[in-house]
Amino acid sequence: MTKLLEIRELHASIGEKEILKGLSLTVDAGEVHAIMGPNGSGKSTLANVLMGSPRYTVTGGDVLFKGQSLLEMAPDERARLGLFLAFQYPVAIPGVTLVNFMRQAVNARRGAEVPIREFRESLFKKMDLLKVDQDFARRYVNDGFSGGEKKRAEMLQMAMLEPSMAVLDETDSGLDIDALRTVAEGVNALMNPGMGLLLITHYQRLLNYIKPQFVHVLVEGRIVTSGGPELAEQLEATGYDEYEALAAAGR
Amino acid sequence: MTTAPESIVSDYKFGFYDEEEALFKAKKGLNADIVNMISDMKDEPQWMRDFRLRALELFQKYPGNPAWASPIMDEVDFDDIHYFVRATDRDERSWDDVPDYIRNTFDKLGIPEAEKKYLAGVGAQYDSEVVYHNIREDLEKLGVVFLGTDQALREHEDVFKEYFGTVVPPGDNRFAALNSAVWSGGSYIYVPKGVKVDIPLQAYFRINTQNMGQFERTLIIADEGSQIHYVEGCTAPVYSSDSLHSAVVEIIVKKNARVRYTTIQNWSNNVFNLVTKRAVAYENAVMEWVDGNLGSKLTTKFPSVYLMEPGAHAEILSLAFAGAGQHQDAGGKVVHVASDTTSTIISKSLSKDGGRSSYRGLLKVYDGCENVKSNVRCDALLLDEVSRSDTYPTMEIDSPDVSIQHEAYVSKLGEDQLFYLMSRGMSEEAAAKMIVNGFVEPIVKELPMEYAVELNRLVELQMEGAVG
Repeated sequence: MTKLLEIRELHASIGEKEILKGLSLTVDAGEVHAIMGPNGSGKSTLANVLMGSPRYTVTGGDVLFKGQSLLEMAPDERARLGLFLAFQYPVAIPGVTLVNFMRQAVNARRGAEVPIREFRESLFKKMDLLKVDQDFARRYVNDGFSGGEKKRAEMLQMAMLEPSMAVLDETDSGLDIDALRTVAEGVNALMNPGMGLLLITHYQRLLNYIKPQFVHVLVEGRIVTSGGPELAEQLEATGYDEYEALAAAGR
Repeated sequence: MTTAPESIVSDYKFGFYDEEEALFKAKKGLNADIVNMISDMKDEPQWMRDFRLRALELFQKYPGNPAWASPIMDEVDFDDIHYFVRATDRDERSWDDVPDYIRNTFDKLGIPEAEKKYLAGVGAQYDSEVVYHNIREDLEKLGVVFLGTDQALREHEDVFKEYFGTVVPPGDNRFAALNSAVWSGGSYIYVPKGVKVDIPLQAYFRINTQNMGQFERTLIIADEGSQIHYVEGCTAPVYSSDSLHSAVVEIIVKKNARVRYTTIQNWSNNVFNLVTKRAVAYENAVMEWVDGNLGSKLTTKFPSVYLMEPGAHAEILSLAFAGAGQHQDAGGKVVHVASDTTSTIISKSLSKDGGRSSYRGLLKVYDGCENVKSNVRCDALLLDEVSRSDTYPTMEIDSPDVSIQHEAYVSKLGEDQLFYLMSRGMSEEAAAKMIVNGFVEPIVKELPMEYAVELNRLVELQMEGAVG
């Protein structure tokens, strides 16, 4: 059986500096995985490399999504195939309203013009789900948004684009506890048996609300250990020191 | 109608020309005989003939172009231009009376259709003269005058003479002198006291003849408490040799009046567009320039406002898009001559394929002017590595009681923004268009809807093939 997402011995660099050093991970439909790790371990690099950021160079390994290698695909092709990245720091697009942006994105994802009425109904339904005000749609994308608003806007995009594989990069950062709960509830409502979810986080906090079946510890560009939800709790108690020492020893 | 070879036309949709012989075409070159001939053909009063001849002398005294001007300006060959081309000797009030081939051209440009749908009046100039103008009857009854400038001189000589040449005198600059000597066509608008015209009047300027010089002259007088929105558009055929468009626009905005002047300049890339536009605004008057420059080989144009009395406000919104071989030397000038005056200049420029956009601005505050506020913001977006953007802001502030904000930003089409939009499924080209449309939005949103749609479409046309 073809797995939904298969990362095989992935190596990636920014400039001359290698950040991912042979990372392997498999996520199947219906599964929720969490990648945890200290700052600088390569978490955000992984998220951006999966989406095809031009800032990084893949130097080895492969990434298969629905059985197809992603590495030669432009970011838009990956998105149209059903991959989604919720950015840690979404950029502002001044002058472009969220509603206009979403419409074009949804049309691109579906490969067909969605009737305006159907689009609006769907947008407002998803906005209700994520408890965002309808005025939000008229604002310029991420322009002057608070940290919490940016994260909700990312979740709204995910809801509208209906990906089969979503990567959430530090979606919990910058959210107060109420916002975190709302966002998590939204994600849980969107999750379905055909979809895979990869949560990238420094803290265990988010995992109180979105329960992963699998937890992986990323240190220095490699996954050093994997386990169940109990691993996240253990990390919260003991920190990453033990694993950093392990990685250092293995160097 | 004939279409120029595909290879020259590229994305420009207005590059066709009419083959019909003009009724009259002056031979190339400029001298007193040509000027006298223009005045004869128009059967003008002696004072106008004298005005023209004095201006010609002034023009001939200029040793050359100003030191700051674009080097492209030196390519203008004043001996290789037809200074006057008459297509028809009638300025009609019904499209049915306009010669068929000219009517067809304006049909193709969508002018009669736009007139029916959303305009209060239309003037159409073809080469040197206005061939059609009309204004809604109800506005005419209120005393609003909208005529070709030649006709206005014949029919409203007293008012005309009082204002003509007072805002932009012939000696203002080389091209103002040239225009003053050979001017022909343009719009004349008078809005009586208290009359508010809430839908736009439009003029459309079309060059058809090769090596043509078009020198329209526009005069707008907004009397006390009145309001008007004037829109102009322009296009020309694509030829392998250059044409010159050099207009002078004078606007008088009296007490409590409001004028908005919107330009969507889309000359073909073989037209030099060297234009002087200036307004004077009196007590509590508002003057707004919305200046969009997409076409031409070189545009040199800095719409200006002189704030003459307390409470006057100037607003200049400038949008420039320079593609291959183009230099958009645009911007704006505001001169604060009185206390309690305010101004805003917003400039947005884009450059691609080696094109060059310059922002050139002047902000001047005279000594003794108190409580003056001004806000200047210029943003430039470079779409590739080979294009260029410059900013030349000049400030002459002779008063201490002034609040000025000035911000200038140059950015490159952001890799991060492109990646973000592409990660949502948009192609690189669609993403770039979206970013550019967002960039120009602060200007576009000021336009009436139909023009906003048109401007967005033109920007997107310019963007074709910009990426990848």
